[in-house]
Amino acid sequence: MADEKFDAIVVGAGPAGVSAAVTLARAGLNTVVLERGEYPGAKNVQGAVLYTRNLDDIVPGFWKDPQAALERPITEEKYWVMSDDSAAQFGFKSDRWRREPHNCYTIIRVNFDRWYSKKAEEAGAQLFCGVTVSDAIKKDGKVVGIKTSEGDELYADAVIACDGVNSMLAQQVGLMDEWRSDEVALGVKEVLALPREKIEDRFCLEKDEGSTIEMFGSITRGMLGYGFLYTNKESLALGVGCKLSHFQKTCIKPYELLEQLKAHPILRRLLAGSKTLEYSAHLIPEGGYHSLPPLYADGFLVAGDAAQMVNAAHREGSNLAMTAGKLAAETVIEAKKAGDFSAKTLSAYQKKLEKSVVLPDLYLHRDLETLAEKHLPLFAAGPELMCQSAFDYFQVDDRPKEEVYRAIVKRILASKAVNDAVKSELSIKTLPRLLKQGLKAGLEFRKIRKEALKS
Amino acid sequence: MANELPKVNVDEKLGYLTYKADHQSHITIPDGKICVEQCHDRPCLTGCPAQVYVWEETQKKVLVSFENCIECGACRMLCPFDNIKCHWPRGGFGVQYRYG
Ligand SMILES: Cc1cc2nc3c(=O)[nH]c(=O)nc-3n(C[C@H](O)[C@H](O)[C@H](O)COP(=O)(O)OP(=O)(O)OC[C@H]3O[C@@H](n4cnc5c(N)ncnc54)[C@H](O)[C@@H]3O)c2cc1C
Ligand code: SF4
Ligand code: SF4
Repeated sequence: MADEKFDAIVVGAGPAGVSAAVTLARAGLNTVVLERGEYPGAKNVQGAVLYTRNLDDIVPGFWKDPQAALERPITEEKYWVMSDDSAAQFGFKSDRWRREPHNCYTIIRVNFDRWYSKKAEEAGAQLFCGVTVSDAIKKDGKVVGIKTSEGDELYADAVIACDGVNSMLAQQVGLMDEWRSDEVALGVKEVLALPREKIEDRFCLEKDEGSTIEMFGSITRGMLGYGFLYTNKESLALGVGCKLSHFQKTCIKPYELLEQLKAHPILRRLLAGSKTLEYSAHLIPEGGYHSLPPLYADGFLVAGDAAQMVNAAHREGSNLAMTAGKLAAETVIEAKKAGDFSAKTLSAYQKKLEKSVVLPDLYLHRDLETLAEKHLPLFAAGPELMCQSAFDYFQVDDRPKEEVYRAIVKRILASKAVNDAVKSELSIKTLPRLLKQGLKAGLEFRKIRKEALKS
Repeated sequence: MANELPKVNVDEKLGYLTYKADHQSHITIPDGKICVEQCHDRPCLTGCPAQVYVWEETQKKVLVSFENCIECGACRMLCPFDNIKCHWPRGGFGVQYRYG
């Protein structure tokens, strides 16, 4: 490995890194991927839902490959809003999702990463596992290579940092500082073995089909976050993630939070008799658009979790990482043609991301975290109110219905969390902002209506 | 609210995992005095998902069981005094997920 010069070095063999490497190697660039795990996936944790669209761009028709490590195509997606003993459930199931190409699949990350990284090798990239990159090598301010923890040095025209949420490389190059604890979430997870037929019976699934459940409410004990339960072929993935700053503040232990979720009376039946196969934890970058670091420098690009490219509102991370990795690679291919790897040339990466879904989606959801944080009491109290309201609505007792409806509305209006949220959003001070937002929404609506009528 | 949560035997959870053990620690707490004198909540003790950090009352210090680390990276941001230096283990060492 020593003293060789490559066209491109990719650090990390996750979704971003492999997507970059496949793209580079196919274009004939001499590409090396360095992965610190002893095998791809050894260090990686995901829910995990994999979206078809983005991967199809890189490995067309991947779902037809019998080796592709897919668990179940998802035909039903559900949200549960939970109190300590109940759950209000919303979901969507579609026959259309039974047809190929499916919208998304569950995957087991270690198996998936092993399969996906082979695609990079098949395309001609060299993959070295068990190699921790410890630093970037700079010359005249430009990144020209990397150093490994074993002291090896590797040189290339461009280095693409796809080293995930704990990107030490982007920090060393000076693109960013350490994330703050409110820019990341900590997720803990267990994989639970359960026979195939039991999964299909309990989750009401046809053979080989899968479903997802995202869970909000008292299960996060007032912290901003959510739980998830996904069906694999012969196992379930159960996890919960909350903002790290909230773990810090509350001193809640992540594994106790997960254990509480496992014991929830509404979940119990789904999990009964399952056996833990693995416990894991990982950070999720959730700072969103406002936390994006500069995405390029001389001879250097950042993609995926390393650059906070996660749309937490839609559970999208691995797919955005894939698209970003591919676009970073395309930028390097163009730079190679031009023989110029300066930041100016590599800035094309930013424009490509703007034209893709990555930056527009992050931009659209840019203020969601701040809003949720601001109304944290509502996030905590809302699910309890919703469950109580549903309980009253469905429960038959001696009260006439009008009285029941009134009691529901009264309880909601009496809630301090609801009152505080209404007060802070609807006051003299917020009036100009509300008017502005209303006007903007009105204009947007008019535009959409005009377009709709034209077509 | 936290005290309502069920107690967990973390060692049992970690028992499901495979590690390739390194003899050298990838985690250090440079200034033990800060833990004693300035840090009241000691969020490293509760926030680390692998219970790597344990308070030792007689020695008045945080003990670091680095070999239990599952490499989530949280501790670097958990410590309010920037007093945890957590690098990655050397290439190939550390936790080895089989599912992830
Ligand atoms: C609990 C949980 C649930 C999630 N659920 C979903 C989901 O359902 N759907 C979804 O789309 N996304 C989900 N995500 C997010 C998703 O996992 C990430 O967005 C995605 O993995 C990002 O890909 P990446 O390639 O940027 O980073 P990673 O997948 O983290 O890959 C980084 C790679 O770089 C390697 N590496 C790091 N540092 C070095 C170094 N110094 N030297 C060498 N190698 C290094 C790592 O070992 C790793 O293989 C979830 C995340 C978590 C934690
Ligand atoms: S959080 Fe930091 S300062 Fe506090 S006890 Fe832990 S290591 Fe020491
Ligand atoms: S990286 Fe995660 S598991 Fe390891 S010591 Fe830090 S907080 Fe604990």
